[in-house]
Amino acid sequence: MEKNWEQMTAAEKQEAQFQKLLSPKDSEGNDVQFKSSEAEAEYKANISRIKDAIQMKKTPDRVPVTIYPSMFPYYYAQVTLQDAMYDYDKCVSAFKKFIQDFKPDMHIGASVLGPGRFFELLDYKLYAWPGHGVGPNHSYQYVEKEYMKENEYDILLTDPSFYFRNFYLPRVFGALEGFTMLPPFTSILEMYGVAFNFIPFALPPVQETYKTLFEAGAEAMKWAGYMGECDAELRSLGYPNILAGFSKAPFDVIGDTLRGTRGVMVDMYRQPDKLLKALEQQVPIMTALGVNTMQQTGNPLIFLPLHKGADGFLSDEQFKKFYWPQLKQVVEGLIEGGCIPWLALEGRWDTRLEVMQDVPEGKTMFMIDQSDMEKAKKTVGRKACLTGNVPSSLLYLGTVDEVKDYCKKLIDTAGKDGGFFLANGAFLDEAKSENVKAMIEFTKEYGVYK
Amino acid sequence: MQGKLVTLLSDLKESEALEHVKGALEKGDDPTELLEEAKKGMAIIGDRFSSGEYFIPDLIYSGEIMKNVVGLLEPKLKEARGDEGKDKGKVIIATVEGDIHDIGKDLVVFMLDVSGFTVYDLGVDVPVQTVVDKIKETSAPVVGLSGFLTLANEAMKKTIDAVEEAGLRDKVKVMIGGGQINDSVKDYTGADAYGLDATDAVKLAKQWIGG
Repeated sequence: MEKNWEQMTAAEKQEAQFQKLLSPKDSEGNDVQFKSSEAEAEYKANISRIKDAIQMKKTPDRVPVTIYPSMFPYYYAQVTLQDAMYDYDKCVSAFKKFIQDFKPDMHIGASVLGPGRFFELLDYKLYAWPGHGVGPNHSYQYVEKEYMKENEYDILLTDPSFYFRNFYLPRVFGALEGFTMLPPFTSILEMYGVAFNFIPFALPPVQETYKTLFEAGAEAMKWAGYMGECDAELRSLGYPNILAGFSKAPFDVIGDTLRGTRGVMVDMYRQPDKLLKALEQQVPIMTALGVNTMQQTGNPLIFLPLHKGADGFLSDEQFKKFYWPQLKQVVEGLIEGGCIPWLALEGRWDTRLEVMQDVPEGKTMFMIDQSDMEKAKKTVGRKACLTGNVPSSLLYLGTVDEVKDYCKKLIDTAGKDGGFFLANGAFLDEAKSENVKAMIEFTKEYGVYK
Repeated sequence: MQGKLVTLLSDLKESEALEHVKGALEKGDDPTELLEEAKKGMAIIGDRFSSGEYFIPDLIYSGEIMKNVVGLLEPKLKEARGDEGKDKGKVIIATVEGDIHDIGKDLVVFMLDVSGFTVYDLGVDVPVQTVVDKIKETSAPVVGLSGFLTLANEAMKKTIDAVEEAGLRDKVKVMIGGGQINDSVKDYTGADAYGLDATDAVKLAKQWIGG
């Protein structure tokens, strides 16, 4: 008798996820029709290779290799970023060309830019994007502010959904101003007086907000259709995407999203107890975010872009008090739920690696940007598949031979006995295409395990 | 004798520091002396950051405390303070065109400021011409360009090229810093040096200007 999902251990869930990827179904539930038997063989070899690298039980046939792109596919295909954000066809064609020309073992989908019209409809203020605050060919950039005020912790702690709807969202989406007038849904009770709660829905600003939401929702769905078709086609050609979506470290939720760098850092001194409570509150929320996305997409990989835990951003004590314990709980919760957390250590994390090796073996992937790779292999690398570390500046300014030398060193050290997925270390914008090609082709040739 | 405020501030005791300032002002202490003490405290914080004892949150928090201290002193400081005591030299700092990242840049500004330099902070997404104009206007001998994106490499190169075209390149030293900077980026952009953090920026400025 097969165990049902709820009864499985974390290890069994992970194995089941990989088995599902190995015999993929289309959106109708039928077996995927591959373009050729070579494509099918390639797809399965890619999944098995990634599985072996992540699980660390046996050495893969060779070091898996991929590129984590940001804007690179569009620069390469000579489509402006603005065009790619507003013309979904162009976005997807550029991405498909990029994958078919470079042939990585895995990709993470074409959704990095997002739908331009959707952002415009909602008057999104959190980012400046191509043609909207930055040049048509400039990458989008985060507009950091104190979106949550220092005296608002109590509202957040009482009801985080109410806080997000009535305070945070209207501040980052101009078109959601109407949300500020809505009552907490938890006050809708009983017979007597219940109708009073619904009066705000008669107010013009609230109705305006909802009208815009319907339109934005339709646009998001249209865009998502393109993304889904892109993934399906690339899969039929042998290129898997195993990424489900993302989640965050609780400290980064408060520090990046809500209070901003300055705000969260000052809170550690002025109101540490409230900050700790808010971090604790984010643990189940961030865990559910990852697990829900996994269930919706059927893919196991959950990207965790980690920011404020980097070297220097916090003292060692602060890291061990405000950053790692809550993140570790999210990582464990995701693993329990059948996800593979992909922790991206953006920047340098040399002083954190020893603390962070406290994760279950073969259940996570650590993306290394500029941290010391040898140290990473000896610490987190004993427990987790490492990926990344090929520098953006090398791919942008270096020569093909320099790229090959760098990859050779990585394969010889980080790649020793498996547990390594070669790739660039920071999401790639500009690069010389011959360098990117060299990174992939050299790894496919030299990275074979004997 | 070192004033009490120096210790309170450098140890990041916010409420005690503010109480001390209030009490001292009520007693009729000289606000200018208190400001000097506060500045000494900030310089100690800068040293502790350079030596690895303090981290970025300590710097940011100390900036917040200092703001409140100055808020208390300001009404009492009748005479304009000017920039006396800041005689180490002028430095222009900017995040280059196309890039709006400010945290790293702000830390460099902070560290140069507490180290006694007069800093012209041009902000983020700074057009090439603005940097050139500011060099002409201030005759600052050091320019620091910041950028987080690889795209910033291009903008740094363009900015430095423009300084060259304006005939100012031999009058200034240029340092760069940010997310993905190393020797090859330095060579590519034509900068004189690069720094990995705010402490490096102070070292470079001192090396070039003296002080």
